[in-house]
Amino acid sequence: MPETPNAPGAPAGASIEAEALTKVYKGSALPAVDAVDLTIHAGEFMTLLGPSGSGKTTTLNMIAGFEEVTSGRILLDGDDIARLPPYRRNLGMVFQNYALFPHMTAAENIAFPLRQRKVGRPEIDRRVREALELVHLGEHADRMPTQLSGGQQQRVALARAVVFAPRALLLDEPLGALDKKLRESLQLEIARLHTELGITFVFVTHDQEEALALSDRIAVFRDGRIEQVGTPAELYERPVSRFVATFLGDSNVFAGTVRDGRLDTGWCSLTTGTAGASAAGTGPAALVVRPENLRLGVAADPGANTLSATVTDVVYQGAFRRVLVRFDGGGAGQVRDTAGTGGAVAAGDRVEVGWAAEAGVLVPDDEPAATPEPEPAAAR
Amino acid sequence: MAVTSDTSAPPARTGAPGRVPPPRTSPRRVAVRGVALLAVPAVVVLVVFFVVPALRLLWLSVTSPEPGLGNYAALVTDDVAVTVVLRTLGMAAMVTVVCLLVAYPYAYLMSLVSGRWRGLLLAVVLIPFWTSLMARTFAWVVLLQDNGIVNRALDTVGLGPVRLLGTTAGVTLAMAQVMLPFMVLPVYTTLRGIDRRLVDAALSLGARPVVAFLRVYLPLSFPGVAAGATLVMVLSLGFYVTPSLVGSPQQSMLAQFIAVQVNQLVNFGGAGALAVALLVVTLVLVGGVQLLTRTKGSRRATGAGVAGGALV
Repeated sequence: MPETPNAPGAPAGASIEAEALTKVYKGSALPAVDAVDLTIHAGEFMTLLGPSGSGKTTTLNMIAGFEEVTSGRILLDGDDIARLPPYRRNLGMVFQNYALFPHMTAAENIAFPLRQRKVGRPEIDRRVREALELVHLGEHADRMPTQLSGGQQQRVALARAVVFAPRALLLDEPLGALDKKLRESLQLEIARLHTELGITFVFVTHDQEEALALSDRIAVFRDGRIEQVGTPAELYERPVSRFVATFLGDSNVFAGTVRDGRLDTGWCSLTTGTAGASAAGTGPAALVVRPENLRLGVAADPGANTLSATVTDVVYQGAFRRVLVRFDGGGAGQVRDTAGTGGAVAAGDRVEVGWAAEAGVLVPDDEPAATPEPEPAAAR
Repeated sequence: MAVTSDTSAPPARTGAPGRVPPPRTSPRRVAVRGVALLAVPAVVVLVVFFVVPALRLLWLSVTSPEPGLGNYAALVTDDVAVTVVLRTLGMAAMVTVVCLLVAYPYAYLMSLVSGRWRGLLLAVVLIPFWTSLMARTFAWVVLLQDNGIVNRALDTVGLGPVRLLGTTAGVTLAMAQVMLPFMVLPVYTTLRGIDRRLVDAALSLGARPVVAFLRVYLPLSFPGVAAGATLVMVLSLGFYVTPSLVGSPQQSMLAQFIAVQVNQLVNFGGAGALAVALLVVTLVLVGGVQLLTRTKGSRRATGAGVAGGALV
């Protein structure tokens, strides 16, 4: 078992591969995780993102060893660990509710994994001190968990999970219990830890903003399967399905059918551009346009789309204004208006909304029944 | 009554503005003066029916038959009395240990299973609790007879017959059964409150299951064990019905011995001294456990032990 702290040049993180990983709970017909294939590169920050019940946490728990694998393999640097008990996997784990031992001080909590590994007393003291420094809690060594704030508790939990130099750190919605302000500062902390330690991070969240901000790559889970894996930019700019498009960030979605390179929504005909067109093929499709790509005013270039609409509301958000519109013929949309163009638009105003053809992404409409009309994805 | 009293001050700041840890409200701290009136009936009952008789007993023990500490001197020098006190302590400790050994795994099982099963397990503990103590004790007399069911069962497997009725073993067995709910309930309450993810955390940090149990789960269950053990121990020390029916006068416990002093020897002073001794032993025990939980408790904020005690 490697006991060397992560000095520069020390072996970096391990790669983790899931092969046809499946979990079926007893008495349940549908698998919670359904033949998931996922490769997490060594040293990568991989986020498993998805709504609750999508299988992301079950997947993480199988990697950690808390859930038995129904079938499939989990390879850690090529070795199958799927049948190893959790205490033999040597993976750090951070829990949503911190899971600090309430009867031990911060320092004792952090010393726990080292004691299990029979590290000598002076060595333990030194590494505990280093770990506390790493998370900026040097003065809080002798506090009990209840004497620490939520953010401090989670930082102790982080220190405890990395002090034994695991080659990967698994994080199960670690920021879920914290308020917004604290969540943001801990996000930075986690990003910094990832850079400093250089080990593989597997991060589970349902918060798409968090996923976009932190990850090297994101795997979007849906109904026990992975819908798409990619960098945050890939997922945001080139989603492969309407589900991914609406789950990450706000979207204007125009659902319809593709005919002759145009999308017929039943109330308007739109230029689809090229992106994703092949993936969508024929049949039900949705054109996804991000609010920041919509402009108030007639689009200048030919081949662009312009729709007439009525402003229903203007929401001031500081750096930008969210202009909510209702298109003539049907459907609502939203424009993220940063420049203040159109200056004094107000509810009830008639406007033209336009976007360049390449700003829209055509995706297969995988949830046609759920939302028959174009609509802004869940407003934040 | 001033509802908006200043006792509802904002909770103490806990460093950075984070999720506020679960409030550590002690009933004592939130008490509002007006609310103290609620305690009056209980205080009256206690004073009239406990404090006054207890003081009277204390008074008798130093005045009857003649003033002085003669009764206490007799208690310490009388071999029979010393034996009875020691036996009582030993039996109570034995009953406590037996209860703990039976109750802990049972309570652990209760904390693991869900819904319907938990209700069933709870009912199994509570139904005897709700039936008459006399009925249960007589049932034990029947069971433990020389040709009773227990002995016949032992005989079948070639272990019997063993004399059980009127022996310390028989009394311990019957008392443990009577006391079991007092151990199961507080222990269960505490176990139910232990976050199972803590064990997962210990495993993920490299602890084997046994180590995770001993280093994490067991220490966290201590308040419930302490509460249950105190209850069983204290109740056992003064137990009268079961020892006198199942046991024998030769193996009598303190309560029986006191009864003999009063009913047969009309030695109120001696009985008083014994009762005071019992009270002192009990207080020392309770105080000791309190002290032990306090030192542990100061290191962890938990109401589990208190809750467990309050449950019964």
